[in-house]
Amino acid sequence: MTLLATNLTNGERELIAFRIGNQEFCVNVMSVREIRGWAPATPMPHAPQYVLGVINLRGAVLPIIDLSARLGMKPAEPTVRHVIIVTQVKNKVVGLLVEAVSDILTIKDEDIQPTPDMTSEFERTFARGILAIEGRMICLIELEAVFPHTESEAA
Amino acid sequence: MDMNEIKEIFFQECEEQLAELESGLLRLNDGDRDPETVNAVFRAVHSIKGGAGAFGLDDLVSFAHVFETTLDCVRSNKLEPNQDVLKVMLKSADVLADLTNVARDGGSVDQARSAQLIRELEALAKGEAPPAAAPVAAAPKAAPVAAAPAPVVSDDGFVPVAFSFDDFGDDDVSADLPAYDVVFKPKSELYTKGNEATLLLRDLSRLGEMSIHCNMDSLPSLDQMDPEAAYFSWKVSIKTDKGEDAVRSVFEFAEWDCDLEVTALETGETPEANGDDLPMQPVPFDLSALDGELDAPLGVVEEEEQIAAVQEAVAAAEAASNVVQMAGNASRAAASDKGAAAAAAQNNAQQVSSAAAPTIRVDLDRVDRLINLVGELVINQAMLSQSVIENDSNGVSSINMGLEELQQLTREIQDSVMAIRAQPVKPVFQRMARTVREIADITGKSVRLVTEGENTEVDKTVIDKLAEPLTHMIRNAVDHGLEMPEKRLAAGKSAEGTVKLTAKHRSGRIVIELSDDGAGINREKVRQKAIDNDLIAADANLSDEEIDNLIFHAGFSTADKVSDLSGRGVGMDVVKRSIQALGGRINISSKPGQGSVFTMSLPLTLAVLDGMVVTVAGQTLVVPLTAIVETLQPDAAAIHSFGATQRLISIRNSFCPLVDVGRILNFRATQANPVEGVALLVESEGGGQRALMVDAIQGQRQVVIKSLEANYTHVPGIAAATILGDGRVALILDVDAVVSASRGQSLHTETSLAAAG
Amino acid sequence: MKKKVLTVDDSRTIRNMLLVTLNNAGFETIQAEDGIEGLEILEDANPDVIVTDINMPRLDGFGFIEGVRRNEKFRAIPILVLTTESDAEKKNRARQAGATGWIVKPFDPTKLIDAIERVTA
Repeated sequence: MTLLATNLTNGERELIAFRIGNQEFCVNVMSVREIRGWAPATPMPHAPQYVLGVINLRGAVLPIIDLSARLGMKPAEPTVRHVIIVTQVKNKVVGLLVEAVSDILTIKDEDIQPTPDMTSEFERTFARGILAIEGRMICLIELEAVFPHTESEAA
Repeated sequence: MDMNEIKEIFFQECEEQLAELESGLLRLNDGDRDPETVNAVFRAVHSIKGGAGAFGLDDLVSFAHVFETTLDCVRSNKLEPNQDVLKVMLKSADVLADLTNVARDGGSVDQARSAQLIRELEALAKGEAPPAAAPVAAAPKAAPVAAAPAPVVSDDGFVPVAFSFDDFGDDDVSADLPAYDVVFKPKSELYTKGNEATLLLRDLSRLGEMSIHCNMDSLPSLDQMDPEAAYFSWKVSIKTDKGEDAVRSVFEFAEWDCDLEVTALETGETPEANGDDLPMQPVPFDLSALDGELDAPLGVVEEEEQIAAVQEAVAAAEAASNVVQMAGNASRAAASDKGAAAAAAQNNAQQVSSAAAPTIRVDLDRVDRLINLVGELVINQAMLSQSVIENDSNGVSSINMGLEELQQLTREIQDSVMAIRAQPVKPVFQRMARTVREIADITGKSVRLVTEGENTEVDKTVIDKLAEPLTHMIRNAVDHGLEMPEKRLAAGKSAEGTVKLTAKHRSGRIVIELSDDGAGINREKVRQKAIDNDLIAADANLSDEEIDNLIFHAGFSTADKVSDLSGRGVGMDVVKRSIQALGGRINISSKPGQGSVFTMSLPLTLAVLDGMVVTVAGQTLVVPLTAIVETLQPDAAAIHSFGATQRLISIRNSFCPLVDVGRILNFRATQANPVEGVALLVESEGGGQRALMVDAIQGQRQVVIKSLEANYTHVPGIAAATILGDGRVALILDVDAVVSASRGQSLHTETSLAAAG
Repeated sequence: MKKKVLTVDDSRTIRNMLLVTLNNAGFETIQAEDGIEGLEILEDANPDVIVTDINMPRLDGFGFIEGVRRNEKFRAIPILVLTTESDAEKKNRARQAGATGWIVKPFDPTKLIDAIERVTA
């Protein structure tokens, strides 16, 4: 399913919330291109553990990242019930493997609380803030940090 | 279309003109003296100047103007285009290109260089020898571009004057307005130039109030009248504050073809109205009959005529005006060779260039989209075929036939579409000519570039990315390969070194060779450097060829002094990677004292590949067919161990190292057993063969190449990806990388991935 | 009815600028890339006025004007020469070939339109 941008008043954002294990995370909806079911990925040699491989997305080669492993948690065991969130940052498109999508939230910038200073890799690298919604704690993820980085080659 | 689009088109046009300019100059340099070549060169600069003027690109216009002037001297045979002159011309062409780029993208040009060239061009135009290059070093402030003429404006008044219709038909003209008497007698030539007396008079009337008297004295009787001749003259009295120049300029186009007298009258003096010398009574000459847009009436000088006389005069005047019109028409209608007969021969002498096949310009985006869609089509068609086969192996024959036809059609469409993007390598080769000139200049060496096979065609995307690696290689060849002229002479070579660039098609790929006749690779130096950099062991035993190919390793530069070029720190390793990114291979062979040859082999298109689909450790891989020499079924007797981990297979009478693909790609942790699988014999770069071990061969297929780098990164050992008939992604093997890895060097990741969290 | 202008110039840039200028002023514009093409389309185009460059491949402005003048129908059609060159010798040559008037590049759109208006009825 593809998502349409909706009219937001100033200072509001739309986020997609999803679940990994018993934790909830979210990303800005503007970066999400589509959501699809799981498909087996072709593994790539010498890839980091969190890169499961690549799949065919309507003719394009899409890398799939096990978000759980990427965030430093237990590697996922993908099943057909898993979900791939296809995201785009700048001009790279990458699929994130998560367990389920839970919600689409509309929040205001001021709703985002700063992450508590716990000096962990996770907090420093990936977390951009925390949201408290109906008693749940949802962590806002910095997508760019999730994408595999490369050193630019001098050319 | 708006100005920005037109400007963009202008710059595209400039690129084409600059290319024409350079190739024309090079032909002149080679001795071509065809006047059309000189003309084409002139026109190229002329066009650029013309367009640049329209956009107010003054620096460009000024330089182009000086350049054009000098070229005009060549064109009119006042200046002989010898080697020295052409040297200046070629450098000027380079500066012109730089100025164009600056005009397009911003930045700045080397002012001193431009100024110097302008001096040289002007000197040539004047017939002097070009001045020696002024020492550039001592100019801390940039010398402004030397007195180039201001953007061209005609200085003899031949610019049409804008007049406005506002001051027209103003009845309250005060008597204080300056007045002029204008006597205007057209010659017959006036009409043959498309001018019309009546239109001129109408124009004049726009300047102010006027009265017109028509003199028909010279009009013969009808039977003696030459419809082509001009018999009338007009005397016009006009009151205008626009000045005498404005009055004269009305007639500017026609002034050669008529007798014109303009006399300013003293203010207050009434213009001569009653013509004692005029046979006709002054009559209102109603020009509005000619021009329906003129609404306001003209100022009319009232005379004290009797109405009857006026009526009669009016009738006569109307007749006169009719006659004038008829004469005008007649001159148009009648056959005449006057004037026009003059120069037919000249036209015939003009060389008509051979009619080029008609072309159209297409946005590259559209072509790319088309190619992508065709790629999808191929994949879809393959998937369709596959599922039909899987679901119904007995196959209704009509479905099968249909599918086969579909496959055929798809292939044809694909071939045609690929051909659209195919372009000759010529433009890239031409750019290299300039690179060679510049480097020769900087290094003080004497070099000439020879090209062959410029019309060899290759996918546009390949061409675009070819320029940079070629430039580096040429810099290398000239800087390191070629010796200084003195040294060359001492070695019995010609002082001028030759760099040769060739392109040709070979077994489905394009092969580009860059060779030089310099000193060749200094193997000792290279070897030592490699040892110093820990690339090889001090006692390693390498073949000459292997030593030569060491220069492709990172950080390898044996230049003693960092010249301007190498200072950027770009080495042959970057060149190699660029070529590899294009799906190509590169290697070098060298003969000490004689020179070196770089050989690049590139796929004709980046989009499609003929591959062999194989299985390795449960994974499906595609091996480019062009790399495979043959396939073997190894038997145990042919396998020999070599050292701790290596294995060889004996083929006919020689031994060939086995490459454990699955191990190298880390698909399995243990060594494969060659006997249980199949071996693919491949040629690796730098010669030599290897046998790749795979589990099984699934078949041969043409696959559409999908980039991994687009969304991911370069994966060592993997060239790209593709989508098979079953919809799954299969990786395309980078044969050369895998083979290098098998030499004991591991497939080190050239890119570092962000540490896992 | 709109007046028709035939423009002949080998520079794409100039052709585009002429097209925009003339169309905006209410003229119908037909274009050719050089003298040969100009002569080829002359009959069909049947213009009211011609604007031509001098320096063109295949057939230059002089040759083109002479060719036009040789055609019965266009013996007296106004022809304006549009070029960066402005020396008297070239002007004279153009005049002898049959040019009606002369405009210098870069052209001021207003002046171009005025000149065209001036020479057409």
